[in-house]
Amino acid sequence: MNENYHVSASPHIRDKIKSSNIMLLVVIALLPATVFGIWNFRHENAWILVVATTAAAVLAEYIYEKLMHKPVTIGDFSAVVTGLLLALNLPPTLPWWMGVLGAVFAIVVVKQLFGGLGQNFMNPALAARCFLLICFTQKMTYFVYDGVTGATPLAQLKSGNVVNTMDMLLGNVRGTIGETSVIAIMIGAMFLILTGVIDLRIPGSYIVSFVIFITLFGGNGFDPWYITAHLCGGGLMLGAWFMATDYVTAPITSKGKILYGICMGILTGLFRLFGASAEGVSYAIIISNLLVPLIEKVTLPKPFGKGGEK
Amino acid sequence: MGLLTFKGGIHPDDGKRFSKDSEIRTLLPKGELAYPLSQHIGAPANPIVKKGDHVLKGQKIAEAGGFVSSPIHASVSGTVKGIEYRFNPAGTKTECIIIENDGEYAEINDLTVKPFGEMTREEIIERIGEAGIVGMGGAGFPTRVKLSPKEPEKIEYIIANCAECEPYITADYRRMLENTGQLVNGMRIILSLFPNAKGIFAVEDNKKDCIEKLNKETENDPNMEVKALMTKYPQGAERQLIYAVTKRAINSSMLPADAGCIVDNVETLIGIHMAVAEGKPLTERVVTVSGDAINSPGNFKVLLGTNHMELIEAAGGFSQQPEKLISGGPMMGFAMVSAEAPVTKTSSSILAFKEDIVSKSVETACINCARCVDVCPSRIIPSRLADLAQRHDEKAFVAMNGLECVECGSCSYVCPAKRPLKQAIGSMRKIALANKRKK
Repeated sequence: MNENYHVSASPHIRDKIKSSNIMLLVVIALLPATVFGIWNFRHENAWILVVATTAAAVLAEYIYEKLMHKPVTIGDFSAVVTGLLLALNLPPTLPWWMGVLGAVFAIVVVKQLFGGLGQNFMNPALAARCFLLICFTQKMTYFVYDGVTGATPLAQLKSGNVVNTMDMLLGNVRGTIGETSVIAIMIGAMFLILTGVIDLRIPGSYIVSFVIFITLFGGNGFDPWYITAHLCGGGLMLGAWFMATDYVTAPITSKGKILYGICMGILTGLFRLFGASAEGVSYAIIISNLLVPLIEKVTLPKPFGKGGEK
Repeated sequence: MGLLTFKGGIHPDDGKRFSKDSEIRTLLPKGELAYPLSQHIGAPANPIVKKGDHVLKGQKIAEAGGFVSSPIHASVSGTVKGIEYRFNPAGTKTECIIIENDGEYAEINDLTVKPFGEMTREEIIERIGEAGIVGMGGAGFPTRVKLSPKEPEKIEYIIANCAECEPYITADYRRMLENTGQLVNGMRIILSLFPNAKGIFAVEDNKKDCIEKLNKETENDPNMEVKALMTKYPQGAERQLIYAVTKRAINSSMLPADAGCIVDNVETLIGIHMAVAEGKPLTERVVTVSGDAINSPGNFKVLLGTNHMELIEAAGGFSQQPEKLISGGPMMGFAMVSAEAPVTKTSSSILAFKEDIVSKSVETACINCARCVDVCPSRIIPSRLADLAQRHDEKAFVAMNGLECVECGSCSYVCPAKRPLKQAIGSMRKIALANKRKK
C-alpha cells in the first residue's frame, strides 16, 4: 500500500461543466430558430445555405489549425456555433458560396488570426455578416417571403407603414433565416437561461435601454405597438440573446455587462432611428465589442473589504 | 429570517453523507508517533527532550520558539527515539520528534494548573498558550496570540466557526453533536476574557440538528447566540464568515480584531475547554476519514502524531487502490504523496478518492465566461490574475488586487476551461507577499 499518489494543487474537485458542453448547449438552443428558419424559407432552399455555412466554418478551423500545426479544436463546438450563427444572420436567397466565404472570413480572419478561441475581440459571426454586407450589399439586403420580394417589416416600420406584430412574433415574415421568429428564439434563450449558460444582465440591459431610447426618440412616445414591432423586428432578439451574450467578446465584470448592454441598446436605437438602414443590431454589437476593454476598465469591481459594495 | 451569507461562492456536492452519521470512535495508536516541530504558523517549536528520554502523556516535548509559536506535547507515554526528518501531511520533510509508544498512556500530573474560577485573565491566556492550542481548522495560528489583541475591550464578537463548509469533512459536525457542552464551555472561557463581547455560534443550515443542540445548550447564556448560515462554500473562510455574521468586511491587510471579532473553530474551542477547565494540553483531535475509496468512512478521535495509515486501517482500509489522498478538505486540502505522515494539530480529515478528477481534466483556452468572477468571494478577476501570474507581471498582479485572494479555489472549481486558476494566483501571491515583506 506504500504507493505514490497523484499530487496536484487544490482544489481537488471540479465542476462537471466543460467549455465544449457550453458550446453544445448553445448549438441546441439555436435549433428551434434554425429548424423554423429552414422550414419558413423552404421555397428558397435555406437549408443548403445553413449546412454550407456551418460546415465551412468547421472545415476552415480544421484546415487552418492543421496548416499552422496547432492542436485541432473543432471538438469544442465553437466553430459550429460561429457558422450556425452566421447562417442564421443571412438572407435565405444568398448564394451558398457567399455563406462559405463569410464563414471562412469569420474563422480565419476574425478568430484564428487573433489567436483562436477566446482571443478574438469581435464576434466572428457578426463581423463576417458585416463583411458580406459590404461586399455583396445587394444580395445581403434582398429579402423574399413566399416568393414575394419586398421590404422587411422593420424597413416598412421605418417608412411609416403598419406591420403585423403577430406575424413577426411567429416569424412568417421577410428577414434573415434565423431572425424572423421571436418565439423560436425565445425558446432557445429560455433554455440557455435555465441551463445557466447566460443570464439576464446583458440581454436585459440591452433590451430595456433600447426600449427607453425608442420611447424617448422614436417619435411615438410609449406606444406598446410601436415598441413591440421594434423588438420583434430585425435581428434584435437573435442579437440580444445569442450574440451580445457571446462570452469572448463581452465584458467579464458584472457591472460591465450592464454597461455593455446599455451601449448596445443606445447604438441600436441610434442606427435604427437615425441611420440610413432600418437595421442596426450587428453594427451596434460589434462596435460595443470594441468598447469592451474600456468598459472593463471603468467597471473593475472593488475587492471585498476595500470599501466597495459589501 | 433570511440566512446569513456573503456574495459569491459555490455549491459543490458536500459528500458529508459518507461519514456524518458515524459516531466519533477513539483510536489508540499501535506504532510509533511523530510530532512535527512546525505544525502551526510561526516559528517552529524547540525540542526539550532527547533520544532515550522517557516521557509521559501530556508532557511538553518542545517549547514555543518565539512569540508566534506553540509548544508541543507528547500524546502517549513512551521513549523518545530521536528527532528525524519525516514527511508532514502537506508533503514536505520537516523535523519531527519520534516517540515509541509504551502502551501505558501514563499521564503527567500538572499541579501548576489552577481551577478556571481562580485564574486571572493573563493566566487563562497563558494556560491556553502553554497547552499548545492553535487554530485547528487548518491555519494553525497560535490561539494565545489571537486572544491578545491590542484593545480587548473593543472585541464585540467571538465567532465560533461552525460552518464546516469544506465538502466531506464531518469532524466538527460530530463534535457539535457529541461534545456540545465542551464546545459551549470553550466559548464561556473566551467570553470571560472580553467584557464587551458576545458569543456567536455560526452554523451552516445543513446542520439543523447542531443548531438545535447548541440553542438548547446556550439557553442560560444570555450573551451567546446561534446563527444559521447559508450552506455555501467558502462560508467558513474567516473574512466571509465575519461578513455574514456582522456585515463588516475586512480586506487582506486587516485582522478580524479590526472588525471587533475573534474567530475560533469548533475543535479549537474544545481544545480551550480541555486546557482551561480540565487542565489537559492539546494531544488529540477528531479527524474524518472519508472518500469513495474508504471501506467504512467515519470520524475518529486520534492522538496527535498517529500515522495516517493507522487511521485508514481503522476505517476499514481502502476498498480499492485510490488515485488520490487528501489531507484536509477537497477544496483547500493537500494532496498527500504517501499515507505515511502523522496527524497534526491542523489535520481535519483524510480523504481517499478512487479517481483523481484533476489529472483527467484537460486545460483549454479561457472563453471569458466570467464564472470565476461571479463566484469569487474576494471580488477580484481570477482569470485575468492567472494570466498576469503566468506572465509573471507582479506589478499588474498587485494593482489588480491579486493579494486579496483567499485561495478558496472556487474559481478553479467552476472553470469550464479547467484552468488551474487558484494555483497560478496562489503562487504569484506568495512571491508578491514575500517581496512586499522585503520592502
